[in-house]
Amino acid sequence: MVTIEIDGVYYQVKTETSLLSACLALGLDLPYFCWHPALGSVGACRQCAVIQYHNAEDKQGRLVMACMTPVADGMRVSIDADQAKQFRAENIELLMINHPHDCPVCEEGGECHLQDMTVMTGHTVRRYRGRKRTHKNQYLGPFINHEMNRCIACYRCVRFYNDYAGGSDLQTLGINNNVYFGRFKDGALENEFSGNLVEVCPTGVFTDKTFSDHYARKWDLQTAPSVCVHCSLGCNIAPGERYSELRRVINRYNGEVNGYFLCDRGRFGYGFVNSPERILKPVIKGQTEITTEAADHHFRELLKSDRPVIGIGSPRASLEANFALRTLVGEENFFPGLDPTEHVLLEAINGILRSGGIHSPSLREVEQADAVLILGEDVTNSAPRLALSLRQAVRNAAFELAGTLHIPSWQDAAVRNLGKQLRSPLFIAGVCSTRLDDVAARSYWGSPDDIARLGFAIAYHLDNQAPEPGDLTDADHALAAMIADNLRSAKRPLVVSGTSCASLAVIQAAFNVAKALPSKDRQLTFTVPESNSMGLAIIGGRRLQQAFEWVHEGLSDTVVILENDLYRRAQEQEVDAFLQAAAHVLVIDCLDNKTTQQAELLLPAATFAESEGTLVSNEGRAQRYFPVYPPPENVRGSWQWLSAAAEGSKWRHCDALTSACAETFADLEAITRAAPDANFRINGMKIPRQPHRYSGRTAMLANINVSEPQQPLDPETPFAFSMEGATANVLSALEPVIWAPGWNSNQSINKFQDDIGGHLQGGDYGVRLFEAAGSGDWFNNIPQAFKPDQGIWHLVLLQHIFGSEELSLRSPPLAERALAPCAMLNPEDAGTLAVISGDLVEIKSLNGKTMVSLPVRIEPSLPAGLLGITAGLPETLQVNKLDRVTLKKTGHTTGEQS
Amino acid sequence: MDKWDKPLTKNIRSERAFATLTDYRKTGGYQGMRKAITELRPKEVQQWVKDAGLRGRGGAGFSTGLKWSLVPMGYNGATDAHQTRYLVANADEMEPGAFKDRLLLEQDPHQLLEGMIIAAYAIQANIAYIFMRGEYHLAAKRVENALQEARTEGYLGKHILQSDFNLEIYLHTSAGRYICGEETALINALEGKRANPRAKPPFTVVSGLWGKPTVVNNVETLCNVPHILQNGVEWYRGLGRGSDTGTKLFGASGRLKYPGLWELPMGTPIREIIEEHAGGMRDGYKLRGLLPGGASTGFLLPEHLDVLMDYDAVAKAGSRLGTGTMIILDDKTCPVRMLLNIEEFFAQESCGWCTPCRDGLPWTVTLLRDIIAGRGRIEDLDTLAGLTRMLGPGNTFCALAPGAMEPLQGALKFFREDFEQYIPGKLAAGGED
Amino acid sequence: MKNQTEKSSFEGLSPAEIQEINAEISEYEDKMAVSTEALKIIQKHRRWVSDECLVAVAELLELSPAHLEGVATFDNLIYRQPVGKTVIHYCNSVTCWMLGSDQVRERLCRHLDVELGEMSADGEYTILPIVCLGACDHAPVVMVGDELRLDITEDAVNEILGR
Ligand SMILES: Cc1cc2nc3c(=O)[nH]c(=O)nc-3n(C[C@H](O)[C@H](O)[C@H](O)COP(=O)(O)O)c2cc1C
Ligand code: SF4
Ligand code: FES
Repeated sequence: MVTIEIDGVYYQVKTETSLLSACLALGLDLPYFCWHPALGSVGACRQCAVIQYHNAEDKQGRLVMACMTPVADGMRVSIDADQAKQFRAENIELLMINHPHDCPVCEEGGECHLQDMTVMTGHTVRRYRGRKRTHKNQYLGPFINHEMNRCIACYRCVRFYNDYAGGSDLQTLGINNNVYFGRFKDGALENEFSGNLVEVCPTGVFTDKTFSDHYARKWDLQTAPSVCVHCSLGCNIAPGERYSELRRVINRYNGEVNGYFLCDRGRFGYGFVNSPERILKPVIKGQTEITTEAADHHFRELLKSDRPVIGIGSPRASLEANFALRTLVGEENFFPGLDPTEHVLLEAINGILRSGGIHSPSLREVEQADAVLILGEDVTNSAPRLALSLRQAVRNAAFELAGTLHIPSWQDAAVRNLGKQLRSPLFIAGVCSTRLDDVAARSYWGSPDDIARLGFAIAYHLDNQAPEPGDLTDADHALAAMIADNLRSAKRPLVVSGTSCASLAVIQAAFNVAKALPSKDRQLTFTVPESNSMGLAIIGGRRLQQAFEWVHEGLSDTVVILENDLYRRAQEQEVDAFLQAAAHVLVIDCLDNKTTQQAELLLPAATFAESEGTLVSNEGRAQRYFPVYPPPENVRGSWQWLSAAAEGSKWRHCDALTSACAETFADLEAITRAAPDANFRINGMKIPRQPHRYSGRTAMLANINVSEPQQPLDPETPFAFSMEGATANVLSALEPVIWAPGWNSNQSINKFQDDIGGHLQGGDYGVRLFEAAGSGDWFNNIPQAFKPDQGIWHLVLLQHIFGSEELSLRSPPLAERALAPCAMLNPEDAGTLAVISGDLVEIKSLNGKTMVSLPVRIEPSLPAGLLGITAGLPETLQVNKLDRVTLKKTGHTTGEQS
Repeated sequence: MDKWDKPLTKNIRSERAFATLTDYRKTGGYQGMRKAITELRPKEVQQWVKDAGLRGRGGAGFSTGLKWSLVPMGYNGATDAHQTRYLVANADEMEPGAFKDRLLLEQDPHQLLEGMIIAAYAIQANIAYIFMRGEYHLAAKRVENALQEARTEGYLGKHILQSDFNLEIYLHTSAGRYICGEETALINALEGKRANPRAKPPFTVVSGLWGKPTVVNNVETLCNVPHILQNGVEWYRGLGRGSDTGTKLFGASGRLKYPGLWELPMGTPIREIIEEHAGGMRDGYKLRGLLPGGASTGFLLPEHLDVLMDYDAVAKAGSRLGTGTMIILDDKTCPVRMLLNIEEFFAQESCGWCTPCRDGLPWTVTLLRDIIAGRGRIEDLDTLAGLTRMLGPGNTFCALAPGAMEPLQGALKFFREDFEQYIPGKLAAGGED
Repeated sequence: MKNQTEKSSFEGLSPAEIQEINAEISEYEDKMAVSTEALKIIQKHRRWVSDECLVAVAELLELSPAHLEGVATFDNLIYRQPVGKTVIHYCNSVTCWMLGSDQVRERLCRHLDVELGEMSADGEYTILPIVCLGACDHAPVVMVGDELRLDITEDAVNEILGR
């Protein structure tokens, strides 16, 4: 800590920081544009000017940019000096010369950093009499609008997009007053994190196109703390609603998890909530819609079966819903509802995380890693936000060199200029090329078995107690040794693996590598498929195949399926047979799908936006999502259907379920602390979901009824569907809307952190459930090297950020970006089959059944003998469960595909 | 004066001819290099140049030897890869009114190469670049040719003069802009990026080209170096007339009898340059003012004619020596229109990185245009004055905008009536519009 | 197999262009450094840089087209629109302006019946302004193709345009 004097007041501030960051951390208002807490300083906008005095005698001082000035003990500065105030006001005046004066029609209005800063500096009168410079806009795809006239050239967009997120198709073009931020040609922004531009841009240049389609002002949105349901990382989000429609999703800061940024799947995947395919009424097959009472009754009747009722849970349903189902049908009859391989993998991962003795890091900790091995995951596609953190981790080598050259880490351009070769080592062993290859020291592409073998070999090179794979080629040995050497010398090495390869050996190899690492700060993280896969793994249960057997053997005839499309879990004919054999099928879900279509009783489930529950992220962090708005009439949270079905239910409220669940599972004991319960009050009040400027409440429904309806009550959570309630002393992590006086934009988050870019005041959201104990034994089950069979292809499922996840694919803008189904082949294999890109190939199971015909796509990095299929696409679900297939060319069709 | 008093141009006989390698060697060429490499250690070369008092001819006048001595020479705690060091010759000359480096490049290219070899040796750089503006086609041809000759002679390459010292020099021709001459922008341009300047610190001597320690020196600066080595520090110090040492290429353009470029002792009085060398004003024109060192330096008036052209004296008179090539304002040229031309240049050449420059210069241009078009208001002059403060030193990211404001600031002071005469009603009615 | 994977749009460049660009790369730590030089090589062969060429060069240098466009549009001497066989740059900076660059521009444009930046009807010439050419003692000056021409008078304009 050092002591600095700002306008005559002494403050203690952190040593390694810029003056701007220090001022903001102290809660002082100092305007800025080009600086961003996650992007550091470049000194371009000149807005953060203050006066720095040489010493106590110096009365004049000199103007410096706070963002470019390191704090130093004894430093004297003034924010309030006239000279500084005037400079800042005039700087805004210059920015405003070309800025349109149309805040009322700009989408950023009301949460605009430029608006805030303009008011803050007091620039009000326009002296400029000339014409304004204007630009043309570009089409940037289904996610982002482009309104270049609003640009103030702070360069944040390109710094985020290129430097931080590794994109390359959005650049600065032109020069002087005519600089332009755009693409070479119109077209969708390619980077998977493009949506953050909406929040990074301090004005209305980049706005959320999906939001524009049903726009509302920030202050008119109702919001509650929530958690992204589109992958296993558990990024925190702030969904906004108006008129019972989910309007958008923005980032909700969590210092341990997502920080300032989300991926595009998380941000733009919300459309399924508003989908016309939502199930909105209880339905009995063959009959019309029924009332909820009738539905409850029918449900209870079904449960009266004399045979065990099968309960199939879901990795995309909350702990509470799964637990309620498990309790309802009995522990013995609960099935997590997973694909058989996935089930095995999740159990293995759960075991390793629990008792392997190796820390599972948060995303913040991931960013500290100084050497990384990824085994078998394409994280950009399977757990996107993790890829963004890994991209930051490779910068640690540059930070280290910068330190020796006395360049502060927040001097962003200076650190980046040290050389792009200077990276902490990242090694990627995967099935084919990934979006992180550009920062990887080495990428290796092989079959899952070969990836596992490389992992085992690395472990062996690190520690020869570990089992050694036989028959390694010299090249593989050398590669393993090289990677091992790099990992050995790291202080904070990290191993990343997961379920994408569908290979137990890969997961076990990842553990062996981590176990073999000498550093005590080694870390191991696994990505898992869905938002609550980890939670479900902890709850556990029987294999899905067993449920099928029970029904076929007549042991059971009633099935309750919770938020689970079984066609994504097992072969089509298996599921068909199962659902036909079961006398009674009851399904609770939110969206129409093949499973719901076969339900005898179909119950409409609320989505994450309309209900509450707890999810466990891949890290082992339990986080609660809260309803943003009440579900439509007749729609209920799954847990509510289940508790209503339980005769004389103990769980009148969700909290009761949470507590019961916590009591049942030692590893879930902490979940009650993930967020406050419904009794939580601040000065006797609930936390309002609506900002106090929320407008039109008395008039919103006047077309239906002129008397204002009572606001819906929320007995389940500490939040109120209202503007009334506690606004002071709300824990930062529970703030539905981030806002502070004078700071209407998301940059107000500075006011809610214990340190800029640090943790939220009062602690980050969620709770870690456990720390790894024990030490775990080496895994010895090393697969044989992969050898392609003549005429047979091994099928590998490739995750894709847009398309592989079930719910987000039902959001139209996201579906627009999904890959068209295709058969990915190595060029050599394509040669053997005499196909080129776009030709159709027929995929057959080994017993000769034709499954599907797909256009070929050549993927040079994919090893020979493998057939790559995008995971999760409805069109190709029927081949997803196959291991090995044959291929046949069936015709030229679409021509060259890209 | 005898030829030794004009070390930089002694080989240049006429405007069209250029010194071949033979010509260059005939007058002692490459002896300085030999001396440095075979007799002196790098640190000693730095010391010689420091002692000689050589100051950067690129405009800022920073001590060249001192700059070199700031390059980390030993193992600096960084990675081995970080031991690479670079030298860059700044041949981007693009400031309006500056026309000195082109002469040196076109007419005695070996002199630059020798200077670069010595400088590279002094900082132990093994790769050097000449960053040359794209319009200097003839210079590029001659320098490329000289580089070939130097390679053939073994002045470049491995084990130069049988020493351990290796050096390769590459010519990099730009397609760029005025801002590319700013040393950190130059480095970005050289790396193939947009030529926005970089923040300092870190200074290029610590982290420059590809993050490696890098010295950027002006062409003329480097051309001085061989002579210091060859003839010694004392000789060099003796060349200056004022407080600065050595000779300098001084130029003058505008409505003069004989505009031109002359190598003269540092500290030659302005009067002598204008009246003796340039032959005074053309008939019918009177001297109204001058920008002593190019378009980014402030106005001096006829009363300043006895100021010596060296860094300190010109600064004391309220301007900057800059490039030492002066632009003459005559009494028939409207200073407001001249300013408009100058500010149009700077507004166009602003890189667009920092707000005051990117948005302040176009506003300056708009105001000047409005004034000239008779749409000005008297308070516009205050706005202009405000802009000269707003865009002043320290406020912008680099020195382009402050440079742009230097002539405007003086003009508003010295030629206020020229501005006012355009303002409707101002002279007649006293300020109503 | 190779052909299929390595087939790419920089096939649009001539072998000579590719060779010249590749030759430049060895002089630098990083390929990106030849961005400008590569575009100049294209211009040497084709006078201007079309979108297709820019994309091809970007691919050759493993850069995004947007990055290269960012450099091209920052630079002054990269032509992203067709220009005449000979580009005449007239200096419009301060000394030349004082000594008549406006008249030089007018004469050039009038003679060729073109606006600034426009190609003459016969495809021979394009007139563009340029900043100070470093020959202020011989103002006004122009650059005809690669050649600097000093002390431009009316006659000199006629002579340059061959009229
Ligand atoms: C806008 C701007 C343009 C410049 N242009 C040039 C130039 O064309 N040539 C040059 O040598 N220095 C130029 N400089 C100065 C350089 O930044 C740098 O100070 C100089 O090359 C250092 O060399 P020296 O120490 O030998 O003078 C320019 C500076 C600025 C701010
Ligand atoms: S003053 Fe600012 S905008 Fe102008 S050239 Fe320098 S950095 Fe660029
Ligand atoms: S925030 Fe400091 S200069 Fe932009």
